[in-house]
Amino acid sequence: MLRVRLAGPWRLRKGLPSAEEVERALGETATRRVAFDAGELTAWDSALVTFLGQVLEQCRRRGVDVDRSGLPAGVQRLLALSEAVPETKGARAAPARVSFLARVGTSALAGAAEAREFLAFLGEATRALGRFSTGRARYRRVDLLLEIQEAGARALPIVTLISFLVGLIMAFVGAVSLQQFGAGIYVANMVAVAMAREMGAMMTAIIMAGRTGSAYAAQLGTMNVSQEIDALTTMGIPPMDFLVLPRMLALSLMMPLLSVYADFIGMIGGAVVATGMLDLGFMQYWQQTKGAITVTDFATGVGKSVVFGVLVALSGCLEGIRAGRSASAVGDAATRAVVSAIVYIIVADGIFAVVFHVLGI
Amino acid sequence: MSATSDPHVHIRVQGLTMAYGSFVLMRDLTFSVRRGEVFVIMGGSGSGKSTLLRHLIGLNEPAAGEIFYGEESFTRADPETRERMLQRFGVLYQSGALFSSMTLLQNVTLPLGEYTDLPPRELREVAALKLALVGLRGFEDYYPSQISGGMQKRAGLARAMALDPEVLFFDEPSAGLDPITSRRLDDLILELRDSLGATVVVVTHELASIFAIADNCVFLDAESRTMIATGSPRELLAHSTDPRVRDFLTRGEESPDESRRPHG
Repeated sequence: MLRVRLAGPWRLRKGLPSAEEVERALGETATRRVAFDAGELTAWDSALVTFLGQVLEQCRRRGVDVDRSGLPAGVQRLLALSEAVPETKGARAAPARVSFLARVGTSALAGAAEAREFLAFLGEATRALGRFSTGRARYRRVDLLLEIQEAGARALPIVTLISFLVGLIMAFVGAVSLQQFGAGIYVANMVAVAMAREMGAMMTAIIMAGRTGSAYAAQLGTMNVSQEIDALTTMGIPPMDFLVLPRMLALSLMMPLLSVYADFIGMIGGAVVATGMLDLGFMQYWQQTKGAITVTDFATGVGKSVVFGVLVALSGCLEGIRAGRSASAVGDAATRAVVSAIVYIIVADGIFAVVFHVLGI
Repeated sequence: MSATSDPHVHIRVQGLTMAYGSFVLMRDLTFSVRRGEVFVIMGGSGSGKSTLLRHLIGLNEPAAGEIFYGEESFTRADPETRERMLQRFGVLYQSGALFSSMTLLQNVTLPLGEYTDLPPRELREVAALKLALVGLRGFEDYYPSQISGGMQKRAGLARAMALDPEVLFFDEPSAGLDPITSRRLDDLILELRDSLGATVVVVTHELASIFAIADNCVFLDAESRTMIATGSPRELLAHSTDPRVRDFLTRGEESPDESRRPHG
C-alpha cells in the first residue's frame, strides 16, 4: 500500500511537479494499492489533475489498484470526466514515413497538376475574352474602370520611385566603367536600350505582381471564403467574366502604359547621374538617347508588358479562386500569387529574349 | 417509378452519391420534394447536409445518381439548360454571401440586371421592393459590412428572391443568429413560401426551426453514410423507431441511459 500525500498549493503557474518520484516508489516496492491523502492540500487546479493523470496511467500499466476517495471531490469528478470517453482508435495519425522517391513523385505530380490547372484557367480566360470581344461577357463596367484606376494611376508613385532608382543605378554602374575609356556619353545608350527593351517592362511587372497580383489573390480568396463566388455561380454569372476578366483587362491595358512611363523615368534617372557625375549636359544626354533607341525597342518592351500583365492577373486570380476556406489559406494564396507571377514573368522574359534573337529584332 | 409522372414533385433526387475524390460522404440518397413545401435537410454536424445542398444547386457534381427538377434532369443538363434552371433558384448562403464591394441595392440589382431588360430606374424600384419585403427599407445604400449579421442574412434573402425564384435554398439560416432573430427569419421563410408559392429547401439542425417550418424532411446520418429517415418531423418524432432519429429530435433527452440516470 502506497500512500501519496499531497500538500500545499498545486498551481499551474508554479510549475508541474514530476510524477517520477511516485513511479519510483511504485517500482521499488511491490505495491498493490495506491491511496491519496489530500489533508494538507491548500489549493489546486489542472496541475494536480495532470499529475494525477500521470500517476493513474502508471498504476493502470502496473495493475495497481487506486483508491481515489482521499482526493477532493472536484478532482475526482474531473478525473472521471477525462476518462469518460475512451480514446478514439486511429484518431492519432501516425507520422507517415514517406520515402524520398515517393516524395519526389508526389511533388512532380502536383507540379504537373498545377500546370494543367493554369492552362485550363488560361483557356477559360481566353473564352471569357472571346465573350468580351463579342459583347456577351457579364461584368460591370464600373468594376473595370475601378480596376483600371487601381492598377494604373494608383501605381504611378511606386513605379516612379523604382524605375528612377533602377535608371540611376544602371547609369552609375555603367558610368564607372565607361568613364575609364572616355566613353561616358554611352551611358545614355546603355540606360535607354536597357530600360526600353528589358528593365522597364520587367520591373513594372514585378512591382505589379507584388502590389496588384497579391491584392487580386487576397480579394478573390476572401470572396471564396465568404461564398461570394458560389453566389455568383448559382446566379448563373461566370466568376471568370465577372471577377477575372475586368482584372485581366485592366492589368493588360495599364501595364504597357506603366512600362513606357517607367522607361522614361529610368532615362531621367540616368540623366541625373550623367549630368551630375560625367559633366554631360542634359540636352547632350537627350540627343544621345534619341539616337540610341528605335521604336522597335519600345515596341518589344510594350509587347512584353502586355503578356506580363496577363500573367500577373491570371496567377493572382487563379490562386485567389482556388484558395482554401480559411484566413491562413488566403494569406498563402497571396504569397503563391506573387511567387508564381514572378517566376512566370522571368520565364516569359527568357522566352521573349530567345524569340527576339531568332527573329533578329 | 411513379414519382416521375407526379406533377406535384418538384425536386427528385435519385440514388445520389456524394464524394470528395475517393472519400464517399453519402450514398444512395433518394427522396423527392413536393412543389410548395418546406423541405428540411437535417442531420448532425459533418453529416454532409451543406454538401447535399451544394449538389442540389450544382456547385458540386454527383459521384453517382441524378437530380431532377420537375421532369428535367439537372445533372445531365447541358450548360445552357443548366443556366436557365439556375435562374429559377434563389440561394441564401450561410454567411449571406453579399458582394462586399456593392451596396445592398446593387447586390439585389445584380441578378435582376442580368436576366431582365428593365431600365435602370425600374431595376432600382424592384430591388428596393425586395429589400422592403425583408424589412430593410432605408438601408439600400449601406454596404454589407455596415449592417448586422441578421440584416446581412435578410439582405441575402432579398437578393435570393430577386428573380422570384421557384425554389429557395437556405443554408443554415439560423446559424449565428439569436433565438428571436432566427425565429423572425423562420416566419419570413413561411410568409414568403405562402405568398410567392415557392418550394423551400432548408439545411438546418435547429430543432425549434425544424418543427416550426418543415413540412417534410430527410435525415442524414454520418455513421451509416446515408439517409435513415424521411417524412414530416412531427410524424418522425411520434412514430420513428430509429434511435438515431429519436435522439436527434429529442436532443438525446429521451435515450434510456440518459433519462434513467438519477440526477441529484
